[in-house]
Amino acid sequence: MLEIRFHGRGGQGTVVLTTLLAHSFFQAGYQVQSFPLFGVERRGAPVEAFLRLDRKKILARTNITTPDHVVIQDQTLLKNIDVTKGLKPGGWVLINGSAPPSDTSRFERQKVATVDASRIAIRHGLGSRTQPIVNTAMMGAFARMMEMPPMEAIIAAIREEVPAEPERNIAAAEDAYREIQFL
Amino acid sequence: MKRVLEGSHAVAEAVRLAHVAVVSAYPITPQTHIVEIISDYCAKGMMNARFIRVESEHSCLAALIGAQSTGVRTFTATSSQGLALMHELLHWTSAARLPIVMAEVNRALAPGWNIWADQTDSLSQRDTGWIQFYCEDSQEVFDTTLQAYRLSEWVNLPAMVVLDAFLLSHTYEPVDVPEQEEVDRFLPPYVPKFHLDTENPYTLSSLVNPSAYMEMRYDIAKDMDAARERFRDVEEEFETVFNRHYGAIEAICCADAEIILVTSGTVTSTARLLLEDLRKRGEKVGVLKIKMFRPFPVDAVRRVLQSTKKVAVIDRNVSFGAGGIFAQEIRAALCNLPLHPPVFGYIAGLGGRDITIAVLEDVYRKTKSSDHPPEESTWMGLQEVQCET
Repeated sequence: MLEIRFHGRGGQGTVVLTTLLAHSFFQAGYQVQSFPLFGVERRGAPVEAFLRLDRKKILARTNITTPDHVVIQDQTLLKNIDVTKGLKPGGWVLINGSAPPSDTSRFERQKVATVDASRIAIRHGLGSRTQPIVNTAMMGAFARMMEMPPMEAIIAAIREEVPAEPERNIAAAEDAYREIQFL
Repeated sequence: MKRVLEGSHAVAEAVRLAHVAVVSAYPITPQTHIVEIISDYCAKGMMNARFIRVESEHSCLAALIGAQSTGVRTFTATSSQGLALMHELLHWTSAARLPIVMAEVNRALAPGWNIWADQTDSLSQRDTGWIQFYCEDSQEVFDTTLQAYRLSEWVNLPAMVVLDAFLLSHTYEPVDVPEQEEVDRFLPPYVPKFHLDTENPYTLSSLVNPSAYMEMRYDIAKDMDAARERFRDVEEEFETVFNRHYGAIEAICCADAEIILVTSGTVTSTARLLLEDLRKRGEKVGVLKIKMFRPFPVDAVRRVLQSTKKVAVIDRNVSFGAGGIFAQEIRAALCNLPLHPPVFGYIAGLGGRDITIAVLEDVYRKTKSSDHPPEESTWMGLQEVQCET
């Protein structure tokens, strides 16, 4: 079983990101379970969401405290959130940012990838310039980093589950798939 | 077809497919998603139902009592304070013999304000005459909602389908949502045994003298008892159509178990994981899942537990002065057997605190290492709290 934690800010679509990935992995033949950190979310405040993947029925009904990988939708969270808390050694850290983090010493036991999902979202007119909706771009980067699920499953999930502008969201996911950078 | 759905959405799908005619609800976290989706279905014409908005949960159930009395299928959903506010009318619903179905999302009661999973809200309504089912995953939530209508309408008593806050209500997982034709094969249109009719006017729920009141109560008691048997029939019919089956209880590896953990709700799933692990290490452990809480499946529980050595009940609830509520029911079920195992009561996970595999393993170890249960329930994982005086 794989356990993945997602960090974002209220209003950035972090819960939707995990849900869309759950749809994608389910299409690709996985059992899935996704849920938000059970809190009282406010716009702009740090939020967390979680995804479990397995080939068999998922029985765990507990919080995820030792994730295999983490995804960070907002680089500013690196300042005050312990994003690697409980993260297993050797796991991936995917960061939405215009440049790799200046200090990577906190990730020395992990593998780091970055993608400028905000710029990609703005390029495709998703959200506003100040508040781009980055989650579908993050899906594409995630699929490339993890080498799963296949992009067809990502595209199918966006087409079925994203009510507004599915084609632009798919284009954002495809751009992020190409533009992700591995440190 | 299997789809990835939020638990709340699974409830809403079942209500849509059940051809419910009147829905009323007042929003309260973490139940709100259920009625949001249903209200959307009504607005879009995907459900041919009247959605009655109300100013409180008390009015909500009052509205449904009126609606159901005219002979139509109804639904509501609530949580915690909302359910507590319905209390007076919960009694009314069952005594008026109205088969109303409710989704109840288990949430802690205030103060302190807490929106997370805790069973005390629904369990404190155990004497109101409602059938109660506790669900383990979203598929079971969906299936049980359909089963609840069938059973409820059969015995003319209301039913609560209970699901854990967030752990089910806000969690997405695959759920098999059948086609309308399949649901129609299992759940026929509602035919009320009595209803208000302007062509044939009469009064319902009027004054009853001591000469008849007791008999009316006895009728309710008999039909509540009959619901145990009827539920078996409902499940048989359900299995014919959907090829799934739950049982009022489920005994997992209990035949040779020396210690049996008794669970309800989502804790059962986590206990299944622990069970796999402990069995591999040679521990003789079993899990007894309680799905049906009212009527309490006394005989079935006795059959599973009578020959084991120790019983450990995990309660995500508390009745102050009497301990965990499932533990009380299990003790009551066993006490008249000539020989029965000791029952250890554990309180865990109140107000949404995580019940991890480690917590459950600790329950198992504590039970294994003590010869006699303590007088009082054992509270799991209590921390030192500094109080300002």
